[in-house]
Amino acid sequence: MQIGIFSVGDVTTDPTTGRTPTEFERIQAQVEIAKKAEDIGLDVFATGEHHNPPFISSAPTTTLAWIGAQTKKIILSTATTLITTTDPVLIAEDYAKLQHLSGGRVDLMMGRGNTGPVYPWFGKDIRQGINLAIENYALLHQLWREDVVTWKGRFRTPLQGYTSTPRPLDGVPPFVWHGSIRSPEIAEQAAFYGDGYFHNHIFWPSSHAGQMIRLYRERWEAHGHGPSDTAIVGLGGQFFMRKNSQDAWNDFRPYFDNAPVYGHGPSLEDFTKATPLTVGSPQQVLERTLSFRDYAGDYQRQLFLLDHAGLPLKTVLEQLDLLGEILPEMRKGFAEGRPAHIPDAPTHASMVARAGGAKDSTVYAAADAATGHRAEDALQVSA
Amino acid sequence: MTSLAVVSAGLSTASSTRLLANTLTAATVESLGEVEVTTIELRDLAHQLTDHMLTGFPGVKLGEAIEAIRRADGIIAVTPVFAASYSGLFKTFFDVLDEGVLDGKPVLVAATAGTARHSLVLDHALRPLFSYLHAVVVPTGVFAAIDDFGDEGLERRAARAAGELAELMGKAPSATSTAGARRTVEDEFAAPTPFHQLLRQASGT
Repeated sequence: MQIGIFSVGDVTTDPTTGRTPTEFERIQAQVEIAKKAEDIGLDVFATGEHHNPPFISSAPTTTLAWIGAQTKKIILSTATTLITTTDPVLIAEDYAKLQHLSGGRVDLMMGRGNTGPVYPWFGKDIRQGINLAIENYALLHQLWREDVVTWKGRFRTPLQGYTSTPRPLDGVPPFVWHGSIRSPEIAEQAAFYGDGYFHNHIFWPSSHAGQMIRLYRERWEAHGHGPSDTAIVGLGGQFFMRKNSQDAWNDFRPYFDNAPVYGHGPSLEDFTKATPLTVGSPQQVLERTLSFRDYAGDYQRQLFLLDHAGLPLKTVLEQLDLLGEILPEMRKGFAEGRPAHIPDAPTHASMVARAGGAKDSTVYAAADAATGHRAEDALQVSA
Repeated sequence: MTSLAVVSAGLSTASSTRLLANTLTAATVESLGEVEVTTIELRDLAHQLTDHMLTGFPGVKLGEAIEAIRRADGIIAVTPVFAASYSGLFKTFFDVLDEGVLDGKPVLVAATAGTARHSLVLDHALRPLFSYLHAVVVPTGVFAAIDDFGDEGLERRAARAAGELAELMGKAPSATSTAGARRTVEDEFAAPTPFHQLLRQASGT
């Protein structure tokens, strides 16, 4: 079981002080949070991707590379990578590069993004969201698995004899998750490829997550990847805890009431009932988290959102300290009753082992190591 | 059993909007015979409607109301006239329904107002709304100003509208009307589009 955090990277005014961090402060805070995540023994740090204020999460691979340089073990991931508006050719290059730099500590999660105005800035149309996600990912998948790609599609310029560089580290592409709240097409896509499926599990009732996970698991089996309980499932989640439960409610309420997403809407009481948000003592957070299995089944990755809604860095780091304290119990809880055939989430090491060991996948320009052919030869053949 | 959902957007208790809704419901039940009626008072759902606008998901009671609409074979929708149109609360309820929920559903539209000068609200506001939502609006709409209550003309119009609604509710959708129907999220969950078809659709081939 992998346990980690994900960060959307919102720049939000702290409603208790009226202070808004600068971009510099928020960017540095995100790095501090990621380093702290490794310190307390978490497995994953994932960053969001946005291309508009109030977010600092553009250029995600720059952030992840910087964090990767200052950490040793933690998996660098995304939540999510915009497969709709980002050129899949650039995703292929950027994340393969990150794989090489970080020694394979990379996976990523595909998402569509729901901010309408962002699409036209990148020459795209939100009404084509699903189609963009399907076609762009199909190309990305191919770019990481075939050295030379000739491709023609609907949403980007054709490719003729294109090699995405660097080639995936050790010949093994990063593991991919697909995130979606309520689009069955994305569950189907994740199941088709045998990729992971992740439910945001924050802003919506657990029934949404349950419904999508059921579909993904069924389709995983239908596509021949094994029994439905061996599908690779990830869940989000959010909590706010203090040693004393009432302190947690009091401290978190102003942040909740003014939060950009759900603020000025439902009461904190209603929202904690309707969604996985847990406010209370560490023990309560622990119990609620372990209960996610009731509708998700035994799953592979649990990520929490902690730095949001204007919570100051100090508070977020305190939350991480408390999470660190219950982490051993949480791991023990997740392991309890877990059947032996339930797989862990694939990592670079496990995928290399499965592929029969690491191989140098470099495509040499002068002469291909395996055949002795040069790129120019290939072009002459096709001409 | 045939099911009828009645949406009433009146704000006061013992509202004339609810009164009209009850009249229309009684007339429809009389025409149909055995029918399961769910009455949705939007006032009770006002907070949850606002919350849904902000969070994107319904609270428990609102979720039940939406489910009743989804299951219904026919709908009676009654709003008071505010600022020359349906009330904001009424519109909010229809705003939060998933796409396709009203496709092909028979709807009887009705409105109440302080003055008969608003009577065209049915045709300039309610009909376009439900046309957009692909509902089938019955030919007779029922408008009641204060002085219409107790007038036998209202009873007559209510009976005619209810008869039209009952007739539409009794009809199974024809093959031609379902052939071009859009797929809802529920359809997709029940029978997901296979990936190869998704890929073909994505590439427009």
